[in-house]
Amino acid sequence: MKFSGAAHVYGDNIDTDRIIPGKYTKTLDLSTLADHVLEDLDPEFRHKVKEGDILVAGKNFGCGSSREQAPLAIKKAGIAVVIAEDFARIFYRNAINIGLPIVEIGSHTIQASNQIEVDVLGGKVTDNTADTSYKSIPLPSVMVDILKHGGLIEYLKTNKDYKL
Amino acid sequence: MGQTISEKIISNHVGHPVSPGDLVITHVDGVMATDTTGPLALKAFEEMGGTKVFDPTKCALILDHAVPPPNERIANLHKMMRVFAKEQNMKLFEIGEGICHQVMVEHQYVKPGDIFIGADSHTPTYGALNAFACGVGSTDLAATMMTGKIWLKVPESIKIVCSGKLQDGVSAKDLILFIVGQITISGATYQAIEFEGEAFEDMTLASRMTIANMVAEMGGKTGIVNPKGLKLDYDFEAIYPDENAVYTRTFTFDVSTLEPQISVPESPDNVENISSVEGTSIDYAFIGTCCNGRLEDLRSAADILKGKRIKEGVRFLIAPASKSVLLDAMSDGTMQILIEAGASIITPGCGPCVGTHQGVPGNDEVVISAANRNFKGRMGNPNSNIYLAAPATVAASALEGKITNPKNISHEV
Repeated sequence: MKFSGAAHVYGDNIDTDRIIPGKYTKTLDLSTLADHVLEDLDPEFRHKVKEGDILVAGKNFGCGSSREQAPLAIKKAGIAVVIAEDFARIFYRNAINIGLPIVEIGSHTIQASNQIEVDVLGGKVTDNTADTSYKSIPLPSVMVDILKHGGLIEYLKTNKDYKL
Repeated sequence: MGQTISEKIISNHVGHPVSPGDLVITHVDGVMATDTTGPLALKAFEEMGGTKVFDPTKCALILDHAVPPPNERIANLHKMMRVFAKEQNMKLFEIGEGICHQVMVEHQYVKPGDIFIGADSHTPTYGALNAFACGVGSTDLAATMMTGKIWLKVPESIKIVCSGKLQDGVSAKDLILFIVGQITISGATYQAIEFEGEAFEDMTLASRMTIANMVAEMGGKTGIVNPKGLKLDYDFEAIYPDENAVYTRTFTFDVSTLEPQISVPESPDNVENISSVEGTSIDYAFIGTCCNGRLEDLRSAADILKGKRIKEGVRFLIAPASKSVLLDAMSDGTMQILIEAGASIITPGCGPCVGTHQGVPGNDEVVISAANRNFKGRMGNPNSNIYLAAPATVAASALEGKITNPKNISHEV
């Protein structure tokens, strides 16, 4: 599970209201989520994001609401993987459950537009522009398994139950 | 090794002693989803091969986030939830029954010692009841509805000890705002918080719910108020921590001189003493939500507003936390006082807190709200500013048209 792409970089404590405002969450037409992703944080984001880009944030990314529409909006916008210093925990579970890879790397100096390579399961993030690399904090084994299945739906379709 | 309340509850469920960091699969005692998280959960349930929920008596759907529905899209999501509930022979709480967390507690879907999984981030509210309750997203919820189980990493626990009694006119909301300000929005990430000390011991269940509710604003996995002094309508076996339980951190605060607190835009942990923002003009006051929409909250507002009128030019909305709260507030005269003072009453439910409808603020308007979140755009308009405070402070501010310390309003108690 390896990705490479350009970084979009934001700060600390990006809450789920800023990722996808509550007024857009009540829908099953998930493509509409991408139309409003990060709207109140950076209205330009949805115009500049390209398929395979990488979202990079600071501490506590995804705090606030339990809305799974937050990682879904990011995934539907084309983001391949989210890197952060750390994640709020409901967002963390939700992202893995919908098959959006996320990587926690602690403090970093990744700048906007830098070219980043991510080896999710190998636990390594490389900033090719700055020529630096980071080790990521490993996911719990059950989450690795869920992610390998592409999310919790496929995991349970296959396994019928949780396995530790 | 001694155990915290959370560790005891999880151990009781899995049948062996657990320690922080352990990965466990546990059965759950109840699950619920709302009209924000439910539709996606039902879709996921079907996609993962679900046919029957694990136990229809332990699963509930609640229409509360956008009620009554503001448009056909949401009306159809509500319809989808009704159809599912009927097929599964499970309970759906209709429009106007109230906010999920209030309804789950009132209808005893959650009890002391339970593990409860809710598809809403404020599910830790049930920590008021001595339960281990966690918020999840839609797909986790679907999986739990199907299997009756969830996997968890046993959280570390942190302890918050508040000594001293709160002053008159200072409420549980002021206390939890203070605590959120101290711990910060990420200060308890994936940890279980235990609240104990004199300040909590004579709190009502409603006040304890206000405390546990804002665990979400510190990143906590769950938060449990020590059950010392907890009174419920039914008998229960309280779970206390062992004396030698291990806490990653312990915070001790003397709260006997705490003043009313206020959270200033745009994060709940931006908390100050009210004196630093007193006099700020407001356009809109709101009392309600899973944090502060209960009878004691409405009564504290009515105490301030009895026989008075709110400031001309200010609007004042109230969304009772449940139909039962609304009925109680009608029968004891609280609603009469609030409506005569100038309040508009909206359907019991989440109301304008989630920014979908029922009271979106205009550009540059200032809102004072008894809710739990003031993130940018939270109430539906990123160009408005939301201050969070106790219901008494909201009422006093509606009365004066500016942020006002309720202690400065003369009123009968």
